[in-house]
Parts: sequence; C-alpha cells; structure tokens
Amino acid sequence: MTFKVKAKLMEEADVRRAVRRIAHEIAERNKGASDLVLVGIRTRGVPLSARIAEALAEIEGVEVPVGRLDITLYRDDLDSLSQPVVRETHFPVDIGDKHVVIVDDVLYTGRSVRAAMDAIIDFGRPATIQLAVLVDRGHRELPIRADYVGKNIPTAAEEKVKVALREVDGEDAVYIGYED
Amino acid sequence: MAERRHLLDVDDLSAEEVERVMEAARSFSEVLRRPIKKVPSLRGKTVVNLFYEPSTRTRLSFEVAAKMLSADVLNFTASASSVEKGESFKDTALTIRAMGVDAVVVRHPVAGAPWLLKQWLDVTVLNAGDGMHAHPTQALLDLFTMRERLGDLEGRTIAYVGDILHSRVARSGIKACLSAGMRVMAVGPPTMLPPFLPPGVEVSHCLDEVIPECDIIYMLRIQKERQLEGGFPTLEEYARLYQLNEERLGKARPQVVVMHPGPMNRGVEISSRVADSPQSAVTAQVTAGVAVRMAVLFLLLGGGEGGEGNA
Repeated sequence: MTFKVKAKLMEEADVRRAVRRIAHEIAERNKGASDLVLVGIRTRGVPLSARIAEALAEIEGVEVPVGRLDITLYRDDLDSLSQPVVRETHFPVDIGDKHVVIVDDVLYTGRSVRAAMDAIIDFGRPATIQLAVLVDRGHRELPIRADYVGKNIPTAAEEKVKVALREVDGEDAVYIGYED
Repeated sequence: MAERRHLLDVDDLSAEEVERVMEAARSFSEVLRRPIKKVPSLRGKTVVNLFYEPSTRTRLSFEVAAKMLSADVLNFTASASSVEKGESFKDTALTIRAMGVDAVVVRHPVAGAPWLLKQWLDVTVLNAGDGMHAHPTQALLDLFTMRERLGDLEGRTIAYVGDILHSRVARSGIKACLSAGMRVMAVGPPTMLPPFLPPGVEVSHCLDEVIPECDIIYMLRIQKERQLEGGFPTLEEYARLYQLNEERLGKARPQVVVMHPGPMNRGVEISSRVADSPQSAVTAQVTAGVAVRMAVLFLLLGGGEGGEGNA
C-alpha cells in the first residue's frame, strides 16, 4: 500500500504558525506554563511536543518537561496488528497533579487518545489531561475532542491524512490523499 | 501471519524476531519500573501453566509476566492434579483445550512434549523446558541480560561450564549465542559434555585455562543425582576442578559477567562470594526473565491477522 497525494493542505510555514498558536493557547488556558507536562504520542506526536515546548520556552520563559508515550500496550485493536512493536515510554517528571497535554499529529477515531489517557492514568493522577493535535480530520468513534487544534480538515472516511515532520520525514507538510 | 505462533526452541524465531523480543523486553523493563505495572494488552486472554516438573522461578516468572499483561493465569502442577490419579498427558491436554484457553506454557521431563501439545491443541504453545532438549525463554533472557551488561555481543566469548550433556539451558543458550555471532566454549569433564555440539563450539576440559578469555562465564547447575550415574566421582572433586570461586574469578577480565540459571548450589559449582559478587548477573537474570517472557507472550498472543492498523 502506498500513499497517493491528492492535495497539500499545509506548508512548512502553516505548520510553524499552527504550532506557535497552539503554544499560545496552551499558555493562555493554563495561565502560564509552570505546571505543564507535554506528552507526545509516538511517532509524530514526539517531535511536535518538542516544538510546542520550544515555543512555550520562548513565550513564557519556562522549560516545560516533555515525555513520550508508546500506546501499543493499550490499544484496543491489537488483534488487527500483524507485528506489534512496543517502544519505550518515558516521562521526565512525576505527572501527579500536573496539567498534562497529550500531543498527536492527527485526531481521527479518538481511539489512540483513549489509549493514551489510560496509559497516563497508570502513571499517576494528573490535575487535568488536555489534547493538542496538528490536524483534526473528524470521524470520531469515541466522545473525545481536542482542546487545541492546528487545522480542522473535513475528510471522507476513505481518505487519508498524512502529516510529514522534518524530524521523521525530512519535511514539514500535511497532505490529503488515499491508500492505493 | 495467519498461522498460530509457538515457541518450542530459540530457532523458532528469526534473527529479526529475536531483535523484536529484545526491543520489546527493554520496553517491558520500563513497564516493570512504573508505579502501576499492569498493562491491558492481553486482557481477556487465558494462559495455562502446565508444569510436570518442579520449578519455582520459571513458573512464577511466566505467571507474573502474564498477569502484568492482564491475561488470566491458570496453574496446573502435575503433583496436585488428576495426573496423580493416572490421567494421561494427552487427556490432560484435551481437557485444557476444552476449557478454551489461548496459550499453554509447558514444562515436561520428556523432550518433545511441547511438540506433541502443538499437534493436539489449537492454541499457542510455549516451551518452558522439556527434558534435556530446550528452554528457549531462558536463552532469550540470558541474551537480554548479556546485552544489558555488555552491549553488542558479536565477537564476545562465552563459556558454558559444567553439565552441558544434561542441560537444556545450555542447548538453547548455545544456539542463541552462536546466532548472535559469539564465540562459544563448552567446558566440563568429558563425561558431562555431549558427543555432538553445534559446529563452531570449542571444547575444553580445563576451566582455569579458559577463564582469562571470557566475557561471560555461564555456570550450570550440578544435578547432584547425576553423581550416581558416574558423571563425576565426588562433589568435592568436581568443585576443586570446576567451581567458580574468588581465586578463579580473580584471573578473569575485570568486566566479566558471571551467570547462572538457578537454583544455585552454593559451594558446588559456584562459591557464595562469587554468586554475590558485583560481576554476578544472577538476580539481573531473574528480573530480565519477567520482561522477556512478557515480550514473548505479547508478541505471540498480542498480534493477530491482518495489516498494520491505523488509528
């Protein structure tokens, strides 16, 4: 299966602006950045969370701890994965009583976020859990919504949204297309 | 991967799959350090521990591993079951199948028993030691322990010392070490070395000569009952020639890793001081055992048919 591009929806500059705006919104909503922890969902949530932390450092002058989360063990669709790969989960600080912001590239069915919340709760009891995504493409299967959205993209179920990030894919862009 | 997966010996896994077990085991070591050590991955799956031979650590280790993955675990010990009333291995197996379990972890004194189970049952079979044949999860956890201590294993030297003839730990371990590109030596009295060893394994009867070359010294348990079979004249004589004691350890490389599958006979194959020395990885092996068995259970039971999911 290969990804066939139909259109490019975000350029590098759009991604940069979206990340900056999300950082501003996070700071505004949480009245600063002092009790925040960002948690990126592997794979592309990890570089995104690092960029948001960078922007927050500029805006608020605070180093926000960044964790990374592998949700493989919490997925509800393990039976449909042929070769599940488990990667490391790492939180730099105790997340108890912190405001934890989950960061992911695309919000779709909401099942990854459900898995991420279950995983986070196994590590402690955060004061709040919030959700930041670069793209919300709709088609939720669970009652989950994002607190911070880079761009809302209405899609058909058979379409795919592909987020490319420099750290992983060598460029910053968002594409819509389909699997062929 | 539509076919059901089993683990009867280490060669059931390709080099790439061994790599995936190692990677997953590293992640599971992290899970084991969490405040809540349980993850929901195998929720709703049932694992049966079917043990026809006494075992403490392997059975407990499999039980803990399955429970940390949220699987349900049933323990079946031959001495406390219908086996005592004369039920055959096959009837016991069929009874277990009728209960609808997902995996059977089996230890049996007869080599090949797990293979028979695989023929009879349509569930995943994991070999937890069969006769003098194989003990694949031990080999994998040993490999994991060595890598945690030494990093890359290619070109490293390991000596298996003691009763290699009767040791399924050594049989599976030697295969795993050879696949990892290691130099493998088999050390022991001629009566305790098998007539055939895999190609590439070097043989020595003198522990003192071998020690300075080793990165890993792997001591095997002396099964005291073997003395009656003429494997060695007395425990004292065996200890004099083959015990890993402080004096011998002093001649080894400073970074040497001492391993033992347990249970140890302190004062026979290994001295108490060496067993508790900083070079000893014996307790690390036990910890690795849980993580590696979690990895194996997860990879055999966690995945299903179909392609890569996209959520």
